[in-house]
Amino acid sequence: MAYGQPQLLKPSRNDVLVVTPWLAPVVWEGTFNIHILNQQFRQQNATIGLTVFAVKKYIIFLKLFLETAETYFMVGHRVNYYIFTDQPKHVPQILLQKGRQMAILRVQSYARWQDISMHRMEVISIFSQRRFLREVDYLVCADVDMKFNDHVGVEILSSLFGTIHPGFFWLRRDAFPYERRPQSQAYIPQDEGDFYYMAALFGGSVPEVYRLTKACHEAMMIDEAGHIEAIWHEESHLNKYLLHHKPTKVLSPEYMWNNGPLNLTPCIKRSRFVILQKDGKTMRTNDENIEKGFGEGRWPVSPPHLPATLF
Amino acid sequence: MLSRKQKCCSLCVAILLLTLILALFSYYLNPKNQKLKSMLARASMAVRKLRGQQDVKWSRMAYGQPQLLKPSRNDVLVVTPWLAPVVWEGTFNIHILNQQFRQQNATIGLTVFAVKKYIIFLKLFLETAETYFMVGHRVNYYIFTDQPKHVPQILLQKGRQMAILRVQSYARWQDISMHRMEVISIFSQRRFLREVDYLVCADVDMKFNDHVGVEILSSLFGTIHPGFFWLRRDAFPYERRPQSQAYIPQDEGDFYYMAALFGGSVPEVYRLTKACHEAMMIDEAGHIEAIWHEESHLNKYLLHHKPTKVLSPEYMWNNGPLNLTPCIKRSRFVILQKDGKTMRTNDENIEKGFGEGRWPVSPPHLPATLF
Repeated sequence: MAYGQPQLLKPSRNDVLVVTPWLAPVVWEGTFNIHILNQQFRQQNATIGLTVFAVKKYIIFLKLFLETAETYFMVGHRVNYYIFTDQPKHVPQILLQKGRQMAILRVQSYARWQDISMHRMEVISIFSQRRFLREVDYLVCADVDMKFNDHVGVEILSSLFGTIHPGFFWLRRDAFPYERRPQSQAYIPQDEGDFYYMAALFGGSVPEVYRLTKACHEAMMIDEAGHIEAIWHEESHLNKYLLHHKPTKVLSPEYMWNNGPLNLTPCIKRSRFVILQKDGKTMRTNDENIEKGFGEGRWPVSPPHLPATLF
Repeated sequence: MLSRKQKCCSLCVAILLLTLILALFSYYLNPKNQKLKSMLARASMAVRKLRGQQDVKWSRMAYGQPQLLKPSRNDVLVVTPWLAPVVWEGTFNIHILNQQFRQQNATIGLTVFAVKKYIIFLKLFLETAETYFMVGHRVNYYIFTDQPKHVPQILLQKGRQMAILRVQSYARWQDISMHRMEVISIFSQRRFLREVDYLVCADVDMKFNDHVGVEILSSLFGTIHPGFFWLRRDAFPYERRPQSQAYIPQDEGDFYYMAALFGGSVPEVYRLTKACHEAMMIDEAGHIEAIWHEESHLNKYLLHHKPTKVLSPEYMWNNGPLNLTPCIKRSRFVILQKDGKTMRTNDENIEKGFGEGRWPVSPPHLPATLF
């Protein structure tokens, strides 16, 4: 294999952290050579499972999600899509490349969107034992209201990975939207925390994803018995878990972007996996009047210039 | 006299009782005190810790926030193109790593060969290892020697032990050096797989000079040789004859690794040492010996089975003044000078001794223009 010599006296990026204090790589453009990595993972004949939940109205996102996954996600590797839905007949027909297949799995829908969201953890843990352990080497768990916009490949794979949320990464840890009430299992004190991870993309080896989803589900059950619901639902619990079981790779916000103009945030060179705008009122309607919708005042406005002085 | 377990149990009960009393007292004063729950949580945390139960979920650790917009080093590569960390000072927080490895109750094996005159290096090697190597973790030293009775008595810290294993000596020092691969692969199956989680394989003519800890551990690691790291790959002293199994073409190669420090998980070290030994046997049958012996084969192996961590030259230094090479902040594992003529005497007149013209002079300023 021919490739340029790694240059020991030249950092791959001079503007961002590329390895965490526990020596997990932070995956940014420029840090990896995809040809070397592709060869390594092809040698293992790795199979990657991609789980996605399309329940109630969210089924309309499936077509674009899957079509863009065909173009950008793990191209050249074996991929199993696992589509969890309450409407199996409405799953769109997508032409899949060689070595890629799809399984449609029925799940129940809940009245509240928060419950739909949170029960994904339980479903993934159950299916990890029932199917995934035998069928795939790695699991990638993604939200469906997304599209792939650029390469997302084997550089993300490791025993356990989380993705840095694009809305908070320049802030101090006491400003991260962790759950702050000690009564919740997801509680993180003001002086703790590495990053704020987004639950829309996480994964790892099947045993590790099983452990994570099981732990989050159990923690949510304990909270439910204690009549408390964490502020950002399963995402709060994910953050608690990854604080105490540190990921072996961390994906930069390139892997969770809002498709705003890239030139406004210089450290983001590629927008790989993109959050689609949605209308909170039609997509997530409960009996409550007040919506905690995605994109509705949830994130601080990300300043185009990210002042290091905020640290 | 109470046994350790009984003492522990009594202490647990005492602490739990005390905390419960305090908790009840504060509840009585303020029934809705939300601090009650966290106090109980802390109590159960304390009890769990005393019992030695490693409950990751509750261990609380204070350390500075990782700064995503600030590189940990601005002068060196800290992750390889295949996303293996390159371990330098400033890239890791040892407290986080120590906690992770203690939670696993990791045991680290350190293999060293002290054959013929090299036995004189053992004392300093082991004494400095006691001070700097994997302190606080379980360590098994495996001393391979042809003179078991001359292994020095060293006072070992708690959780550390030593096994002395007899090996044969060879007439040629090159053979002594190369057969280490065979011995390590045999003992990996015979003993190491059952006794340790990680293996670290080191040369004996060295001393530890600064912290060498769990930051180096991963499934497979190699160490960058201090003599060549600023050079272009066509200047690395790889084996260049295609007839040898260790052959690497001029346009290939990531780093030049030094065989004086490598390691990983037992299965991976087994695979590496077995492959190198077999490659050397093939070369022997083909009447060729690689230019730098097992080190040439190690480099071939690590080119095609890339390490999951790479140790910077901090882990293999010559103890020269640090201010001459700005990127080296610590000199952790140091190569001792030795007299090639007395240490490695074969029947041959010409010595390829260590430290005798083997390395290019390392320039104090490492010009990036050489790349």
